[in-house]
Amino acid sequence: MTEERISSSLVRRRDALRLAAAASLGAAALPLFAQSPEAKKLPRLITVSGAITEVVYLLGAEGQLVGTDTTSLYPAAARGTPKVGYMRQLSAEGLLSLKPDAVIATNESGPPVVLDQVRSAGVKVEIVQADHSWGEVQRKNQVVGRAAAREAQARALQVKLDAEWAQVQQRVAAAQGRKPRVLFVLSHSASPQVSGEKTAAHAVIGYAGGVNALGGFEGYRPMTAEAMATAAPDIVMTSDQSIEAHGGIERFWQRPELALTPAFRKRSLVTLDALLLLGFGPRMPAAIAELHPKFMAAVA
Amino acid sequence: MSQRFPPRAVLAGCALLLAFALALGAVSGAYAISLPQLWKVLASLGQGAAADKSPEYLVFVNIRLPRLVLGVAAGAGLGMAGTLMQGLFRNPLADPGLVGISSGAALAAGVTIVLGAWFMPVLPRTLGSWTLVVMAFGGGLSVTLLIYALSRSEGGTRMALMLLAGIAVNALAGAGLGFLSVMATDEQLRSLQFWLLGSLGGARWSAVILVGVAVLLSCVAAASLAAPLNAIALGESQAALLGVDVERIKRRAIVVTAVAVGAVTATTGIIGFVGLIAPHWVRMVAGPDHRAVLPASALLGAALVLVSDTVARTAMAPAELPLGVLTAFIGVPMFLLMLRHFRGRI
Repeated sequence: MTEERISSSLVRRRDALRLAAAASLGAAALPLFAQSPEAKKLPRLITVSGAITEVVYLLGAEGQLVGTDTTSLYPAAARGTPKVGYMRQLSAEGLLSLKPDAVIATNESGPPVVLDQVRSAGVKVEIVQADHSWGEVQRKNQVVGRAAAREAQARALQVKLDAEWAQVQQRVAAAQGRKPRVLFVLSHSASPQVSGEKTAAHAVIGYAGGVNALGGFEGYRPMTAEAMATAAPDIVMTSDQSIEAHGGIERFWQRPELALTPAFRKRSLVTLDALLLLGFGPRMPAAIAELHPKFMAAVA
Repeated sequence: MSQRFPPRAVLAGCALLLAFALALGAVSGAYAISLPQLWKVLASLGQGAAADKSPEYLVFVNIRLPRLVLGVAAGAGLGMAGTLMQGLFRNPLADPGLVGISSGAALAAGVTIVLGAWFMPVLPRTLGSWTLVVMAFGGGLSVTLLIYALSRSEGGTRMALMLLAGIAVNALAGAGLGFLSVMATDEQLRSLQFWLLGSLGGARWSAVILVGVAVLLSCVAAASLAAPLNAIALGESQAALLGVDVERIKRRAIVVTAVAVGAVTATTGIIGFVGLIAPHWVRMVAGPDHRAVLPASALLGAALVLVSDTVARTAMAPAELPLGVLTAFIGVPMFLLMLRHFRGRI
């Protein structure tokens, strides 16, 4: 189980409703786009990853966007674009039916066979390697700039983002005292999952000046009471969507698995929107800037 | 049973249905290809491909056509295998999915995906789809043998035993796949999910040809089993009196079923209920003669899978529905109706 999967399952129903509306809107809008001289020469894009879609909007290339996946929820306008389905269950003909010049995805998108099929139909497929680092954010920016033929804008954005990032990382590095142990809980469906190593959450905790309370395994595992007591997190970090799925913060704390943790005693909880928190997109510096003081406050 | 039609009429009807399903599948899809464009593509196919490289040509030849061929192969294989199973077990409820052959194949495929690196000296990728097909075949074969051994009693197989054994195997395979999904890396997990839902989306020519050949061979082999299966339908001792080598026929039927289901499942994941519905519909109009039911079920199964896949491809375009979900939506109500029909005999 991964974060994108669960967050998207939550919004999928809403998207399905919106799909019909978006499809008819899109059909109406397409002839207009085709006539405008700008859209004629600029490549048409499909983005398969919420963070990549964010970059498209930041580069002002949303007019070139002909489709996005169901994890593309920000900015709000992205929700209205034609949806090509969940990032890991793409359909070759579905992608091609939107007549893109390029499909921009990450190595977490798939199935790989479908992307091969799209390539074999003569459409450029750009794959960004997702390794949960600042480099990933830079690569997303670079690849979108290239694919959208907006490289100058992408370079300018990169300079701005790099500066923001350097500033945030400086602040984190300057922090004094003990690093808080942070447990990331993902609970968009019935069984909560906790993040081990090599996850987006693990990397985010580190960048924000915390320590992942769990180690010794990779990926996500189901949350169990004894393991959580052993992990002894100072802070529980989760997504807004998890809280929403539980029906509020009170309900969330009622989870029996959390009762024996130091975080429970202080009710120390940090939540952010799932895409902002784990997306590794251009809002990454903002996410870290928001997390870091909360981490520090919890162990002060 | 309602009015019966002569076998030739039924075969012709099923072939027509398949032709209709093929035509429907060829003209519909998320990517709009108009009839004149399609005609041009088909014409240039006949002349050798190199000339035409229009987007329509690429979409049709690289994506839609292999998918149609895979649909035909998968549907024919499952329909044929379902008929063989029902003849072999002398039991209308035998279905590769229901008695656990598909999930046995899927479990074996799952083991290959997740643990392949352990037990194979070479990386799984280098052997490619062959490893998966062979493993899925092995999984399907062992489940078939197991179910058969468990449910046989004097003079045939016991329905309740067979279905219970099927439930047990399905549960075991489910648990095995669940265990694998905990061990799996993220990428492997995605491949596993694909098995459980079933899809023709992964149709590439290399894989399609492999499945096509496996299904074609098993259909040819199955054809020679039709007459002996008719004899077995009278009872095994009767069949032996008629000069049928019952044990040999059974062994062959089991191997043929496992080859067809293994090859199909290895490429498409679990597509349920086709093997159950197709033979039943055919028997309703053609009667129980396997010489008609076997080929007609293969044709009808192919048509069913093609139509379901066309719906899967277009209903939510540009996104896609999982095929196994659709066949289950059609298959489960059918199955419940059949339970009602056969309730006196279970």
